[in-house]
Amino acid sequence: MDYTAVVLLEIVYMIAFLVLTSAGLAVVFGMMRVINLAHGEFVMIGGYTTIACAKAGLNIYLAMLVISPLVVGLFGLIVERLVVRHLYGRMIDTMLATWGLSLLMVGLVTMIFGNTAVSVPAPIPGYQLGEFQMGGYNLFIIAVATLLVVCLWLVLRFTRLGLVARGAMQSADVASSLGYNPKMVYMWTFTAGAALSGLAGGVLAPLTGLLPSSGAAYIAKAFITVITGGAAVIVGTLSSSVIFGTINQLVSFGSTPVIGEIAMLALAVVLLRLMPQGITGRFFRNSA
Amino acid sequence: MTFSRRDFLASSGSAAGLTALGATIPFEMALAQGAPIKLGSVLDNSGNLDAYGKPMVMATTLAAEEINAAGGLLGRKIQVVQYDSQSDIALYTKFAQQLTRDDKVDVVHGGITSASREAIRQTFRRANTLYFYNVLYEGGVCDRNTVCTGVTPAQAVAPVIEVALKQWGKTAYVLAADYNYGQITAKWLDHYMKQGGGKVLKTDFFPLDVADFGSTIAKIQQEKPAFVVAALVGGAHMSFFRQWAASGMNKKIPLCSTTFGLGNEQLALSAAEGDGILIAGCYSGELQNPATKDFLAKWAKRFGDTKAIHEIAVTQYQGIMLWAECVKKAGSLDRAKMLAAIESGVSIQGPGGTVTLDPKTHHAILDINVMEVKNQKLTIKQQFKARKPLDTAQYCDLSKNPDDNKQYEVKI
Repeated sequence: MDYTAVVLLEIVYMIAFLVLTSAGLAVVFGMMRVINLAHGEFVMIGGYTTIACAKAGLNIYLAMLVISPLVVGLFGLIVERLVVRHLYGRMIDTMLATWGLSLLMVGLVTMIFGNTAVSVPAPIPGYQLGEFQMGGYNLFIIAVATLLVVCLWLVLRFTRLGLVARGAMQSADVASSLGYNPKMVYMWTFTAGAALSGLAGGVLAPLTGLLPSSGAAYIAKAFITVITGGAAVIVGTLSSSVIFGTINQLVSFGSTPVIGEIAMLALAVVLLRLMPQGITGRFFRNSA
Repeated sequence: MTFSRRDFLASSGSAAGLTALGATIPFEMALAQGAPIKLGSVLDNSGNLDAYGKPMVMATTLAAEEINAAGGLLGRKIQVVQYDSQSDIALYTKFAQQLTRDDKVDVVHGGITSASREAIRQTFRRANTLYFYNVLYEGGVCDRNTVCTGVTPAQAVAPVIEVALKQWGKTAYVLAADYNYGQITAKWLDHYMKQGGGKVLKTDFFPLDVADFGSTIAKIQQEKPAFVVAALVGGAHMSFFRQWAASGMNKKIPLCSTTFGLGNEQLALSAAEGDGILIAGCYSGELQNPATKDFLAKWAKRFGDTKAIHEIAVTQYQGIMLWAECVKKAGSLDRAKMLAAIESGVSIQGPGGTVTLDPKTHHAILDINVMEVKNQKLTIKQQFKARKPLDTAQYCDLSKNPDDNKQYEVKI
């Protein structure tokens, strides 16, 4: 009985992990159709920011929940102004530019922090669940991911800001004729996406060590989650995270984490063959 | 695309490696008689495995400088040719070729993972370049061109399992790195568990980049073993020990490891996270031998902090000293004379105690300590003197079979 609860918790944790790592990409790719190949490196920089702040003696929650999103958001803003804004609508060029950016970021972080694994201890102790000991920090990640989804939904669905953003993505001309500058909307959307990546990096940093090359570990999962999810940012990311997280953990428990990963990737191939437009291209078509 | 991320890192990294190399050649070199003896080395000085590699590079520098300060070998100075393989197997092959073809080194001391050793061993054999592999490994390499001075399972795994079975009980759950080291070590673990009347409940393998052990930790609790054995390797796997402690399991199921401490993991974890982990190895900073104290003093003088020292830095140092002893005994770098010296049972007093080369297997006979992590230090619980590489010796006899070129695995 307890074991079932443990498995369920691990599944929910994996879903939260996928939601967190792909939220930033979902906003940038799902809404703006910009393929940001440096997404993994945005997450990595968020992680390094948290670790650097924690090592400098700052409160770790402040570091991961506030400073990391701010730093990476600011970085995203600069990148948007300098590079990405010139390349809207040119998908291949954006891919190339952001890929170059990812190499640059790996190089810079290697220069600053060295090519060494760094980590901080998780700030939350374990707890007892029946006869099992569980990592308390996983609950925190689940909470952050839940809060993130709810906030994202509230903002996109109920605020003027969300309405304008969605409108500008659907039809830039109409938005512009109504007095909104689509370029500004793009800029802030990209910045928000970057900040979300920073948040993910910060929150996940205590769980696993970080290397300058860690971004590569996030980007593959984030991309398959977002692309399988389809055009709707929240429902798409959530539905594909649920499917992939469940499969990954169930297979991991049944066999090994490696096979779990393979099962997830295999499923992604099948899903994309059946639904090339992603899950929300077929179901929940009118959702945000 | 002709310029990949990997190429970029490789070219920038090797450029950095060359400048570092320039700095390590002492000025007196120019004054030494004759050309220097070239000691080649390939180690992961950066990347996922750099916790192992960096102190090994320092140990190489220290050993070479010490030999040079004492007048060198055969009246010639030693020149270290050091390459940084950046935790990338492809670079090992590349640098091994470079060492044999371009640098034409006299000996190579290098390689960290068993995968890296197997990537370069045959290159050195073909080029008739003597190769010293100075790292703990799964045992079984039988090659007259190669000398393995690190600890093998019969030397370290057997004692740690013996103590664990006595202390904790008869069942174990094994976590191992998913490449030749982990797979073969898992077989040895099974072997020694059975020999001690115990049983391995389950073995899980993890590729080197796996960093999330949540499901594994739950599975371990489901199996309820008396203890857990971790043969995990590298920076990503470190997160297992962290997650294990974060879930509070370190207070409930005891843990022993065949690799913990090799990368000074006890320092990366807090005292609360690391305390109680049982390991076995040939070195601890707590050893009271004169050679150990001497080594610590030299290291402190050269690099300041002795915290970086770990077992495989010590074995790298011992490997170079053993080779130097062989050169002195042979009185020449001639291959036949060197092989004769290696097979004459040379012995040195190293930081880890007495080290003797076993002529039949080209492996080292070492003193082993079973140790417990306590307050970020390795405290010695029990000593096992002069342990032979019995695992390799079961299959390998280079005096009878000089042309053997194989890595034997335990048959169960």
